[in-house]
Amino acid sequence: MEIQLNLNGRLVSDHIDADLLLIDFLRSRGYYSVKRGCETSNCGLCTVLLDGKPILSCSVLAARAAGHHVQTLEGLQEEAREFVGFIADQGADQCGFCNPGFVMNTIALLRENPDPTDDEIRQYLAGNLCRCSGYDGQLRGIRNFLNSRK
Amino acid sequence: MFTIQNYVRAQSLEEAWELNQKKRNRVIGGMLWLKMSRGSVQTAIDLCDLGLNTIEETPAEFSIGAMVTLRQLELHPGLNRYSQGAVAKAVQDIVGVQFRNLATVGGSVWGRFGFSDVLTVLLAMDCHVELYKGGILPLEEFTKRKPDRDILVRLIVKKVPGRFCYQAMRIQRTDFPVITCAVSTRSGEYRAAVGARPGRAMVIQGTSPQGFAAAVAEQVPTGSNIRGSAAYRTHLIRVLTQRGLDEIGRMD
Repeated sequence: MEIQLNLNGRLVSDHIDADLLLIDFLRSRGYYSVKRGCETSNCGLCTVLLDGKPILSCSVLAARAAGHHVQTLEGLQEEAREFVGFIADQGADQCGFCNPGFVMNTIALLRENPDPTDDEIRQYLAGNLCRCSGYDGQLRGIRNFLNSRK
Repeated sequence: MFTIQNYVRAQSLEEAWELNQKKRNRVIGGMLWLKMSRGSVQTAIDLCDLGLNTIEETPAEFSIGAMVTLRQLELHPGLNRYSQGAVAKAVQDIVGVQFRNLATVGGSVWGRFGFSDVLTVLLAMDCHVELYKGGILPLEEFTKRKPDRDILVRLIVKKVPGRFCYQAMRIQRTDFPVITCAVSTRSGEYRAAVGARPGRAMVIQGTSPQGFAAAVAEQVPTGSNIRGSAAYRTHLIRVLTQRGLDEIGRMD
């Protein structure tokens, strides 16, 4: 089937299978920041923004995204750059595999709630799993970023 | 792994219903649970173009479209004012924000899943289900039915004044619950909805808070699975029901 969608600000169209998942559509087009970590809709590594909202691209048909706006980390470099250094400064990135999904959901958090409490950060990022860290480094990094803006 | 041959965005409920009469066709809802299944779907029926993704509030009720996401339930000010935050509390530990932006209330209710926090909290309210062919029926009755080939259009929550409290026991946040428990009181009637028993949620009613928690624990059948034993669940039911009653008592 034919689909057309807005991908990182550019209109793209493609011929796809009905059961193609959005993650596989994105990766086939070279958007490798979008990763598959779990197969059970739990890890958050595949997070992209669909019409501005964070979703699991592993659990949505590319066909449903047709006619909508999809953004991946490749398209949000500037927004990510504001805070990723603060997370790196805490040594929070170890293997780095969970990082793109984590950054995408942090972007969504900060758009929705520009000054979250630690509990609000934990609540919002609960669906992003990291198997290297204990999440404290990421939390400190985001906290330092928020404090730097005050 | 599951496969889909065709994908159709239904342009009317009639079209969705007609497609759904074929056994190999499926309404996909948010597709989160369906994606985990095995098998092949001939035609995936998507209801996303039917305007069922809004919560409408009138002085008498909330009308919740089948395609409303769990995140919308969590953030709706009116629904959470009415339920004293019970609705938000019921959904906020379901996986993560990204998951809740996809999972639909229609999918949760239609599936009648044993583990459903959504079904549990709605059963504590005066909630009805609207089916395209089957009309409007109480959620409690719908819960007991076996899935057929109808289409779930929306849920109706009547604004009967009441007090609500939702609790669930999880081994770890974002995991499936070991037990879910929603307690409410409306016009002098006490109600406890208990799910993840691990069977699907059921309702016990009473007329007084005295002895209600013990009665609920006694009447709700429980089973054992990887998350907990039947005895543990029965214990949790009594404790959570009592805590719910205490919480409701403090609201007065």
